Amino acid sequence: MSSLSEKFPVIHDIIAEANKIILGKDAQIRLALACLLARGHLLIEDLPGIGKTTLAHTLARLLGLRFSRIQFTSDMLPADIIGISIFERESGDFRFLPGALFTQVLLADEINRATPKTQSALLEAMEEKQVTVEGRTRPLPDPFFVIATQNPSTQIGTFPLPESQLDRFLMRIEIGYPDREAERTLLENGGRRAHPDEINADFTLRQLEEIQRSVSKVHVAPALLDYVQNLVDLTRNHTSFMYGLSPRAALGLLAVARAWAFIEGREMALPEDVQAVFPSIAAHRLRLTNSGEYAGHDDINALIRSLPVV
Amino acid sequence: MLEEFARLEKRLHVDSRDWKAALLRFLARPSSRSAGPLDDEFPWIFAVIAATAAPHVSHLPLWLSLFCGIVLAGRVLLWKIKRPVPRGLPTLFALLGTAGIALEYRSLFGRDPGVALLFLFITLKSAEMRSRRDVIFIIMLGFFLLLTHYFYSQSIFTGIWLLLSILLLTATLLRLHGEKRSLRQTFGYAGELFAHAFPLMLILFLLFPRVQGPLWGLPRDAHAGLSGLSETLSPGSLDDLIQSGDIAFRVKFDGDEIPAKSDLYWRGPVFTDYDGLTWRARPFYLRGRAETTPTVDPEQRVYRYTTTLEPHNLRWILPLDMPVSAPANSFLTSTFETIVRSRVGMRTQYRFGSVVGNTIKVEESPPMLHEALLLPGNANPRTRAFAARLKERFDSPERLSSAALVHFREEEFVYTLQPPLLPEQNSIDEFLFETRSGFCEHYASAYVFLMRAAGIPARVVAGYQGGEVNPIDGYLMVRQSDAHAWAEIWLEGKGWRRIDPTAYIAPSRIEVGIRAALPATDLLPALVRLDSDWIRNLRNRWEAANNPWNQWILGYNPELQREVLSRIGLNDPNWRSMLTSLGVLCGGVLALVAVWTFRRRQSESPEERAWRRFCDKLARRGIRRFAWEGPIAFAERAEDAQPEIGALAREAALCYARLHYGVGEPALLERLKNCSARMARHPKTVNEGFA
Repeated sequence: MSSLSEKFPVIHDIIAEANKIILGKDAQIRLALACLLARGHLLIEDLPGIGKTTLAHTLARLLGLRFSRIQFTSDMLPADIIGISIFERESGDFRFLPGALFTQVLLADEINRATPKTQSALLEAMEEKQVTVEGRTRPLPDPFFVIATQNPSTQIGTFPLPESQLDRFLMRIEIGYPDREAERTLLENGGRRAHPDEINADFTLRQLEEIQRSVSKVHVAPALLDYVQNLVDLTRNHTSFMYGLSPRAALGLLAVARAWAFIEGREMALPEDVQAVFPSIAAHRLRLTNSGEYAGHDDINALIRSLPVV
Repeated sequence: MLEEFARLEKRLHVDSRDWKAALLRFLARPSSRSAGPLDDEFPWIFAVIAATAAPHVSHLPLWLSLFCGIVLAGRVLLWKIKRPVPRGLPTLFALLGTAGIALEYRSLFGRDPGVALLFLFITLKSAEMRSRRDVIFIIMLGFFLLLTHYFYSQSIFTGIWLLLSILLLTATLLRLHGEKRSLRQTFGYAGELFAHAFPLMLILFLLFPRVQGPLWGLPRDAHAGLSGLSETLSPGSLDDLIQSGDIAFRVKFDGDEIPAKSDLYWRGPVFTDYDGLTWRARPFYLRGRAETTPTVDPEQRVYRYTTTLEPHNLRWILPLDMPVSAPANSFLTSTFETIVRSRVGMRTQYRFGSVVGNTIKVEESPPMLHEALLLPGNANPRTRAFAARLKERFDSPERLSSAALVHFREEEFVYTLQPPLLPEQNSIDEFLFETRSGFCEHYASAYVFLMRAAGIPARVVAGYQGGEVNPIDGYLMVRQSDAHAWAEIWLEGKGWRRIDPTAYIAPSRIEVGIRAALPATDLLPALVRLDSDWIRNLRNRWEAANNPWNQWILGYNPELQREVLSRIGLNDPNWRSMLTSLGVLCGGVLALVAVWTFRRRQSESPEERAWRRFCDKLARRGIRRFAWEGPIAFAERAEDAQPEIGALAREAALCYARLHYGVGEPALLERLKNCSARMARHPKTVNEGFA
């Protein structure tokens, strides 16, 4: 297990760097990183101006990945993100001009401002890591992450993401206002803080692949599987929720718990790891019976507190 | 490996402690936003006080209920606006309340003043909830106050109310001991605890040696307000009874064959002494026992039945007229009253056999006949003159007595529960010749007077007449409103014969019931009047439900207990064998619980057991692991609470985490056990916290 320990500095350097750019949001940075290490797509939901885009941008830069960004608007069409074939007079043939989708980290900014038609263009890309344009299937680069941001659906001019699309995001996190101290630092150094573009990534793709392999080797004991199953069963049988978590969500939960344990420097996953990531995985997948709204983190934490660890 | 531990610990400590502690605080934060730990429980305490005290309002003096209600409302208000209770005010209220109770009852001792004091002080204690001890005191007081409700009511409703209150009290106790759960979970857990206690409760109920009558002797005022017949009969003495819809007794006939309604005379006290106003029964010690038991004609049908008598605090037990067999602890007086040895202070069952019909006995002693002819002074001259006229016209007593009845029927007598008031002098004259309206006691009294004046030995018999079959369970219910009085006259050679003058004036009273006999304007209790079918049906259902409760729960007396015990093979149980079997059964139940717990623990793996023991040790220091809490998170919380044991807790948690969730390093088990041992030796410096 010594190989695991050797990678710690890298991971913790990344976290430390990110902390310099996004102040006072250590937990969110760790959650976002865990999501990417678990090869999942990430949805960041919060009010404008909280730092969603900065977080996404920073993570992409720190991981040394190719990054492109699409600002979603209501008049955007699928071709705008996937790409388009144009006729070339010289060759007398059509040539495919890849869209912004063909990248390693796609930042889909304000995804819920696009119409459902455009949103669904992302579906195949996110699940299959390939796109089919004009009858030809084109693979996307590897790795391929979507980090989407969205405004709360109560904001004007938003199209809420359908459940099927939400389920493709492994995690949804909220950032929240910075605490007083962090905000003070921000206000004091506002103009001079580090910008994501200035980050020098000394992280290679090889390292990322290696880390992801290590993450999948984090030990999961039968006792922990019992706990995860109990937790998922609880969401399915609980009267507070309209329906429970899907097997895809359960798989994702286990993967993120592994990544979390890895970030924590442990070679085995503990119930604490599951509990730490569970709200971010469950909250956008569970609807409350009473209101029909998606569950809040409070509801999910109450659920955690009602289940003994095994 | 030690190095690895050190590195891990260091990393955990440096990198993740702060925000993780924050996350844990977030997860473990109390559900309410209020400040003090006790403040959260205030609504529960108010609910406890209200639930345990409320039923007493029905019998406590109104001023006391209002006083306590205002005190409690004021306390809730102070809590709402977050102000402290003014200093000295509770003491002042306590003095005022105690003085009021002393004035009201003229005493501070006895059942009623005692309950009133408890009621006052549980309310006032709400002003004094500074520490956890105060609150626990209130809950214990609440348990005690609950018990006192049984002084006043033992109905199903009381039982249900007390059961719910016990759940509430238990749930509040759980919350006080740091069980922060949702409302439903708290009550669910309280119910679970109650369910655990249920087998023991059942065993104690069935086997605890029962003593006839209360073990400790109830205060003198315990039987006040029991309704039933009285030992005297004067105009108006049955009024209260007839106005009451309460059940006097229930009867179950063997084979469900019930005699005709006009034969249902339930024989109570026999009155022979008359002073012009009031009929009195002679004391039993003067009366003596019947010399001969009534003889049964083999042709005659003997009805056998069981009576469940409501407590009336008298010694008559009201068999069907005429009893031929009675319970062993009763005897028959020479006037055929069935008497038990002590006053009926609790609901009791009796077995009887009776024949219905009219003739009792052929022989009668001269002193008895003489007694049945006595008339006071020379009151009621007109009645005496009327009797003399009758005696001249009719030579045989039979014809004379029927002629008197004909007089009742032919003159315009009215059956009513609201007769005009009779004068104390010559009341019989006034009734027979002037007012001519009254009910059974007037008719029986006047008829007996008339017969005695005409030289025929006669006496008044009181009891109940009729009853109503509950179609739900087949029990015949006799209510207080069925209270009745009739006459018996002595006919030479034929014995005592029952004459019911009421039957001649209002035949429907006997054949149908009091409802049919009264004019529509007369007031009767709603339960007796009942014209609408569904209310009647509802009442029948309720009473049918009440009956098994009475028979099996409240009526579980020494006899029934003996019967139950003999059925499970304990013949002729004495208190010694009962206590032995009680101990054996309780021990058995506890042993079963122990075995069950032990088995559950056996299914634990060795590292789980070692970790549980370690957590138990921490719990004794006031740090309890939540069931949902993982080992590392718990260790960090423990360190936050008591830094001096932090290192030990983290080491143990890490060992357990690697043993239970890791790839398997059996050597760590010894280390975990070692942590446990070191924790036991660790000096305890911090007192237990609240949760």
